[in-house]
Amino acid sequence: MALNLDLSFLTADVVKANLLPGLYYSLQLTVVTMVCGVVLGTLVALMRLSSRPWLQRIAAVYVDTLRSIPLLMVILWFYLLIPAGFYSFIAGGYGLAHRPEFSAVITFTIFEAAYYSEIMRAGIQSVPRGQVYAGYAVGMTYSQCMRLVVLPQAFRNMLPVLLTQTIVLFQDTSLVYAIGAYDFLKGFLTAGQIYNRPDEVLLPAAACYFVISFSLSMLVRRLQARIQIIR
Amino acid sequence: MSAWEQMRESATLMCKSTVDETVYSGCFAGKGDLTYLQWLLHSWGWTLVVALVALVIALVLGLVIGVMRTLPNKAAVLFGEAWTEFFRNIPILIQLLIWYHIVPEVVTPLKAVSPVVLACIGLGLFTSARIGQQVKAGIATIPKGQRYAGLAMGMTLTQTYRFVLLPVALRVVLPTLTSESMNIIKNSSVAYAIGVTEMIYFATQAGEETSFHSTMYLGVTILYFISAFAINRAAAVVEKRTRLHGALGGK
Repeated sequence: MALNLDLSFLTADVVKANLLPGLYYSLQLTVVTMVCGVVLGTLVALMRLSSRPWLQRIAAVYVDTLRSIPLLMVILWFYLLIPAGFYSFIAGGYGLAHRPEFSAVITFTIFEAAYYSEIMRAGIQSVPRGQVYAGYAVGMTYSQCMRLVVLPQAFRNMLPVLLTQTIVLFQDTSLVYAIGAYDFLKGFLTAGQIYNRPDEVLLPAAACYFVISFSLSMLVRRLQARIQIIR
Repeated sequence: MSAWEQMRESATLMCKSTVDETVYSGCFAGKGDLTYLQWLLHSWGWTLVVALVALVIALVLGLVIGVMRTLPNKAAVLFGEAWTEFFRNIPILIQLLIWYHIVPEVVTPLKAVSPVVLACIGLGLFTSARIGQQVKAGIATIPKGQRYAGLAMGMTLTQTYRFVLLPVALRVVLPTLTSESMNIIKNSSVAYAIGVTEMIYFATQAGEETSFHSTMYLGVTILYFISAFAINRAAAVVEKRTRLHGALGGK
């Protein structure tokens, strides 16, 4: 079988029916994971930097465990372990009909939080100690000092790294392939199957992922140049 | 069923033949048969083979690409940068699917080749972009004066790289190369999508066959842990052995 590179079947209708819902899900997954993952990751980073050994240990086990197994394995684990009853709580029958999609959101949030927490930890440690002392000196409590002094600076310092990790995350969303969630890649594969170009359709898929990731990384680079000046 | 009984059943399952109902007492079947434990170990072997071969490809190409991006030659820099962006911005899953489904149609000799080889190439090129990035960053940390000093002493450009820049740059990037080697083990899991019988493939197949998904997943997860830990230790030894006196945390 030779390649049939006639991709004219990707008409506006096919794009609308097959690709856009997939792209929408991939972006949704990326954004939800980024927001929830950064919040959870920051909490884990604070635990890891806390003065209580048991909190430190819990955070370390969480991060080290997730960072030493492949995302694909984690996706499979969560898909297996989240009980079916859980999905029936989500939006009526909608959750049950979209099990892989919801499972992926939970998996990615928990998995990426481990990576984000390492970034936030580096960010928090990049804030000079004097800032913390100054906060305490003016009578702030620990939580005020973290919330008002340390975290804003840590977040700003680490913004480019957080965004770069998010681009990696966007690429990794294609791994939901393993549980059959309908993402951008699946959209392409489905269209390819319908119009009998199951292999060739990978090329436009690769091109789209490339364009999205590349332009996002260009934006991050520009942002980095813009916020670098503070010191 | 109590947790204890469940564990015992899982253990028995691993010693069972993959073909019939025989349970082997030593967990290892003789010739012509295979227990689930043996199958798991075989798949671990494939994971390691794919990861290690890909790592060698990635190190060699990554070094070349990283050096190219620092050469005083516009074309070389451009090529290195294009290479990096190309392999970095397409998800590894799509890259492997392309290596499996599309490349053999264009380069017909590859049709006869097993998916393991394609996975090694695909994963190797994907990782080479990332390693190249780090090698470039490592060379960039060396003060420019060292390069000029080398050249001023009459060394050729090759000699300057070989004797002045790379010995230091490679030591600088060693820690990131460690995490890259751990990544490559993790990324090799994607090769299951093109039919390489590595551990994820085992986990899904054996899980289907026996309906004991969690037992199989657990076995695989433990082996991933062991692999990551082994690389971590090995890297620590290499880092200690190659450390320079008076630099980079050395004595």
